[in-house]
Amino acid sequence: MIRRLLQAIVVLLLVTAITYALLRLIPGNVAVAVMGPTAYRNPAAIAQFDRVYGFNHPWYYQYWLWLDHLVHGNLGYSWKLNQSVASLLSNHLPKTVFLVGASIILALIFAIPIGVLQAVRRNKIVDHFFNGFSTIFYAMPAFLLGILLILIFAIKFPIFPPEGPQGEGVAVLFTNFNALILPIASLTLITIALFSRYMRSSVLDNLTEDYVRTAKAKGASERRVLLRHVLRNSLIPIATLLGLLLPAVFAGALITESVFNYPGMGYLFFQSALNQDYPVLLGITVVVAVATVVGSLLADIAYAVLDPRVRYVSQ
Amino acid sequence: MSLAGLPPEPVPSPVPGAVGLVTAVTPDTDAAVAAGMLPAGKPRSTFRRGLEVFLENKLAVTGVGIFVFFILFCFVGPHIYVTNQLTVNFAQEELAPSGAHLLGTDANGFDVLGRLMVAGQISLEVGIAAALLATVVGVLWGAIAGYIGGFVDAFMMRIVDAMLSIPTLFLALVVVSMVTPSKPVLILVIALTSWLTTSRLVRGEALSLRTRDYVQAMKVMGGGNTRAVLRHIAPNAVGTIMVNATFQVADAIALIVALSYLGLGIRPPQQDWGGMLSDGVQYVYDGYWWLIIPAGFCIVIVIAAAIFIGEGLRDAVEVRLQRR
Repeated sequence: MIRRLLQAIVVLLLVTAITYALLRLIPGNVAVAVMGPTAYRNPAAIAQFDRVYGFNHPWYYQYWLWLDHLVHGNLGYSWKLNQSVASLLSNHLPKTVFLVGASIILALIFAIPIGVLQAVRRNKIVDHFFNGFSTIFYAMPAFLLGILLILIFAIKFPIFPPEGPQGEGVAVLFTNFNALILPIASLTLITIALFSRYMRSSVLDNLTEDYVRTAKAKGASERRVLLRHVLRNSLIPIATLLGLLLPAVFAGALITESVFNYPGMGYLFFQSALNQDYPVLLGITVVVAVATVVGSLLADIAYAVLDPRVRYVSQ
Repeated sequence: MSLAGLPPEPVPSPVPGAVGLVTAVTPDTDAAVAAGMLPAGKPRSTFRRGLEVFLENKLAVTGVGIFVFFILFCFVGPHIYVTNQLTVNFAQEELAPSGAHLLGTDANGFDVLGRLMVAGQISLEVGIAAALLATVVGVLWGAIAGYIGGFVDAFMMRIVDAMLSIPTLFLALVVVSMVTPSKPVLILVIALTSWLTTSRLVRGEALSLRTRDYVQAMKVMGGGNTRAVLRHIAPNAVGTIMVNATFQVADAIALIVALSYLGLGIRPPQQDWGGMLSDGVQYVYDGYWWLIIPAGFCIVIVIAAAIFIGEGLRDAVEVRLQRR
């Protein structure tokens, strides 16, 4: 367990190093990016900027400085938006967490029964139907799905508003619940397509295990075998998968947020990429990566607790 | 598309579906043996058996058919259905499908059917080239890590873990925002952000392969590490690699589509299917369906075809693995 924890810490350090290195590779000068191209005429101003924000130090010291700020909760400062990254995130992150969280929960509620049904009725018409469904939604560009939903449920039949809840703060999510339906539906459909495939394989794996035969031989009903034995065991690998699929869901959220103009973190990331607002990109990447690393760590711990065959022994 | 970041077949154990599929194909192969179809002393090659399993999979064969069709459509098609894709013609913009323009024209007056062919060249080229490059990088990385083992392995795989915890789309967005995306740049960016799952799978294979007798025997005979990785480890993992590469093609095409939608894909005058689609959806309220449906259809059907081929290959490779 300690070993796994150490691994997670190393991975986190590497994430920061990789993102930092990536952003250091950017051609150009931060001072010029902030003050505009005319700053080239005024080298003294550039030197002053570099001194104030620590860009005059060697790269490894700058990285150390950034890391030091990071562990103290200082994620940097967005010059383009004239706000600290932390305050930007405190506005945008909860919205994304809500969108992603709701979609994952809804997707699990649908994907688990679908996967079980497909596995039990393997190669029957139900299996083919849902296989087709998940393939189409896996293959369909997320933005196309979002736009189709808008076209049908906001334009043709104006049931829901065509964009996500607008406004500052988290409270708008709950005062304007109708506006949440389409973005969540969009991300949920994609996520179901992701998860149900894995659920199906996982159940198929378990259906052939010896314990299923034993349970049946002991007279357990089909239903009991499925619900009490197979389902429980099939869910264990899905728990670890959740951690691994988290980045994919975040990527889906980025597209979904930009389609629905949903002011979440993905949308902020996209805007920052367009504006070349690197402190924000860096901050969001670190936050997403931390979520994923911690997520998979928790999933692995859950795995070890759920499945006595797996034990993380320090070697 | 959003799912670009998805590991084609995620990683905790090599291929979750694998075991189920092994058991799934067992009856067929066993039946073949039992029915005396295998003459004693001359077993059919594993390749033949794999091929048979693949050919029995209707979806996979359909997938190959679709892929072949689209390659002909995109690369031969423009020579048969000749259209002007170079000069803008505003007199002909947004015409509905007719005899002169089978799928109508777009906002620049380009023939949509002809545009689909030219744009498809970019989607397919970038998708396939990026998948190949990602596979090469991933195979080398994974094979070296798994073969050397120990600290080097741990360190190399932690780098993979670190990069996997950042969504591919995020990484690609950052890089593409720094440089002007051209075809080679996109290939490079997509490849460099999607070799990770391949490397994990290959590392798993390498870990088990390096202890095999023939690798040990080669080492006793004085073969070096490079030879072990290139001549023994990588070729023996080829089944797993091929399956993964197929899924990589699907994800690479999805990733350029997503980048195009965000306006950071290939730049005009060139266009890929994603660019056509994201241009088309701007006219969604005008009812210009021919700007949306054909491009959307091409993307969905090609990605689906790649997935079907991948799944068929996986079944076929499982047959091979059983013999090992």
